[in-house]
Amino acid sequence: MHATNTLAEADRLMTICNSCRYCEGLCAVFPAMEMRRDFLDGDLNYLANLCHSCGACYHDCQFSPPHEFSVNVPKVLAQVRADSYAAYAWPAGLSPMFEKNGLKISLVAALSVAVFIAGFVGVHDPAALFGQHAGDFYRLMPHNTMAAIFGAAFLFAIVAMIMGIRNFWKDIGEPAATLTQGGSLWQAMKDASTLRYLDGGGVGCMNDSERPTDNRRRYHHFTFYGFMLCFASTSIATLYHYVLGRHAPYPWYDLPVVLGTLGGLGLVIGPIGLLMAKKERDPALVDESRKGMDVAFLVMLLATGFTGLALLVLRNTSAMGLLLSLHLGVVFALFVTMPYGKFVHGIYRFLALVRYAKEKRMLEMGEA
Amino acid sequence: MVDFSKRYDVLVIGGGNAALCAAISAAREGASVLVLEAAPQFYRGGNTRHTRNMRCAHDAATDTLSGPYSEEEFFDDLLRVTGGNTNEELSRMMIHESKDMLDWIVQQGVRFQPSLGGTLSLGRTNSFFLGGGRAMLNALYLTAEDLGVTIAYEAEVIGMDIENGMFLGATVKRPDGAFFVRAGSLVAASGGFEANKEWLEESWGPSAKNFLIRGTRFNRGTVLKMLSAAGVDQIGDPTQCHAVAIDARAPEYDGGIITRLDCVVFGVVVNKHCERFYDEGEDVWPKRYAIWGRLVAGQPDQIAYIIFDASSLELFMPSCFPPIKAESIRELAGKLELDADALDKTLADFNAAVKPGTFDHTQLDDCRTQGLAIEKTHWARKIEKAPFYAYPVRPGITFTYLGVRVNKQSRMMMADGKPSANMFAAGEIMAGNVLGKGYAAGIGMTIGSVFGRIAGREAATNARN
Repeated sequence: MHATNTLAEADRLMTICNSCRYCEGLCAVFPAMEMRRDFLDGDLNYLANLCHSCGACYHDCQFSPPHEFSVNVPKVLAQVRADSYAAYAWPAGLSPMFEKNGLKISLVAALSVAVFIAGFVGVHDPAALFGQHAGDFYRLMPHNTMAAIFGAAFLFAIVAMIMGIRNFWKDIGEPAATLTQGGSLWQAMKDASTLRYLDGGGVGCMNDSERPTDNRRRYHHFTFYGFMLCFASTSIATLYHYVLGRHAPYPWYDLPVVLGTLGGLGLVIGPIGLLMAKKERDPALVDESRKGMDVAFLVMLLATGFTGLALLVLRNTSAMGLLLSLHLGVVFALFVTMPYGKFVHGIYRFLALVRYAKEKRMLEMGEA
Repeated sequence: MVDFSKRYDVLVIGGGNAALCAAISAAREGASVLVLEAAPQFYRGGNTRHTRNMRCAHDAATDTLSGPYSEEEFFDDLLRVTGGNTNEELSRMMIHESKDMLDWIVQQGVRFQPSLGGTLSLGRTNSFFLGGGRAMLNALYLTAEDLGVTIAYEAEVIGMDIENGMFLGATVKRPDGAFFVRAGSLVAASGGFEANKEWLEESWGPSAKNFLIRGTRFNRGTVLKMLSAAGVDQIGDPTQCHAVAIDARAPEYDGGIITRLDCVVFGVVVNKHCERFYDEGEDVWPKRYAIWGRLVAGQPDQIAYIIFDASSLELFMPSCFPPIKAESIRELAGKLELDADALDKTLADFNAAVKPGTFDHTQLDDCRTQGLAIEKTHWARKIEKAPFYAYPVRPGITFTYLGVRVNKQSRMMMADGKPSANMFAAGEIMAGNVLGKGYAAGIGMTIGSVFGRIAGREAATNARN
């Protein structure tokens, strides 16, 4: 028996797929399925998080709707996946945040923080808010305060996500030791960083029709690497500050600014591309009730990139104060909502890939 | 959208592998091409939708094929499965052309992968489509569209103008009315008649009502009938079809691969009177699966039950419907609505006749019965370990053999022995030229692709002259 109707439906589909197997060359989901005969909830959650939603199996399936077997693997696994995010969330009381209003929550959080920052500074020292500071952010908020607030937000996100990881790993029944296997981790890093399984088995994913396109992978790369560059920029700036004693603002050619600019561009181009792809996506493949969660995450990333770039361009003008408030608000909201939104997809998918790498190696060793 | 008033160089009837290869090949020769597919877009492609591989000769192993498969070996396999009932000239030509097909079909966008899980025995001879037959079709349709081929769905041909073996035009029924379309030449690639139960009844009698159609419901043989009426020579046994035993709970059409059952060799098979009727362990399953459709068709009400126990449950590929499960044979009989005493006795007699042996399902082992009217000659083990399981099975028809005679150009031959002026055929509608009876995995796709490509090329040349 299954915990939800969605899991029962996923079981029905995997039983059909396992007796067909035509799609086994498309991605990791089907080979992982073939290693099983029965599908418990944990198995289905694992398979769902392994699925990259490329859509190829839907268009390649002779049993997809309107066939009476009505096999729609991408959509059902998307539903299972979203349910699993909520089930693993910590603290459990915050899991309703995964429901439809993700965008509203994020925007409200971002604006509240922005208003508070602007408000405090504006009330105490309007000149600081609207003055020209030659790009010196710390005139608004001292560096230590900023580091403390965002460090705390970041730490909270990390703790919440580690708890989620524990729940996922327990649910799929994988021993903790797997996470210490260098080979599996390395394989998963390669598979995740190249989005190996978002390519429809080699030609690109099938988004709006059976005509393949590699756009989603391309824009995801912009987004992911943009995010990582921004992360690197912030980390290096922190090191500059505490280790080298070099304080911001940094000139345009210095590493934090270069990385941040490139990352910001990625976070603008990538999310816009992904939002457009989402708009064009074949409605048959979309889990409509969860679309809000996806859009919220993309909009927050876009807002992070956009406000960051705007801040860079206008940091020598009187707009800096408000823009900085806004940017910090957006980043703060992004951090605190991270464990309760689409961000977690990357974590669970990476972990599923680690397990798949292990299972695949064991199977190959068994056959050899 | 589709312009029926225009005169096309080549008209292709059908929408499967053979039709699309013909359309692409004709378009590559510069011809204007119209494809008439009777099915709506989702169900396009006839039985190709349900296929997964094609058998092509090759001199060396490739990325996806585990070893060489020579033309001679391919021909020997064909001779064996058909019992020599093949046109040697055509089949040797097809096998030769199949070598080049591996490259040609990839150039049309089709992708291959190594043999699927559970089909290792075909890894050397057969090339598996990545994503299966529908993925293959999608690639061919995209290529055809890119080449400017016009495709009409829900376009059933209900009439043809043929004068002295020369095709002039066809009447097409569409949701928005009937149209007449003219073309310089014709490629008929519209499949067999396995979905036409009235026609099947002519050979099988009323029992045909209980047959399940494994593939498309659109293969009704309308075009085949019209061509025969217009004087095209027939080939192949009109009373034969390829049938296997599939899960009786399968839908009437399009159940496809997932309704197959590979467990006959592990148990016993009884009819509705709880009687066994054939040696379940005669030979390895890949060599025997195709006789069980006919065997079940010969039983009362065309139904039978495969019965096995817990020790065999995980020895075969899973299928889509769960087996019916019970803690005792009598309870199982109740669930199957069979006579409990009779089933109990059949199983008791069987168990009593099982001789000791060493069970090995990977080869012809020494586990057999002794003393039964119908012995089980291999893999006979007592059915005694609860829970007990059963699958109900019915005949599932894959394809029919009757077709039109063609020559090496894929050109139809008239009953008077003359070649048709401008009519060509490819795929199941002419498979009987190569495959008089029997079947070898993936050969239907070889026939479709090779003759489709030839038919398209020749039809284009023909239309130009």
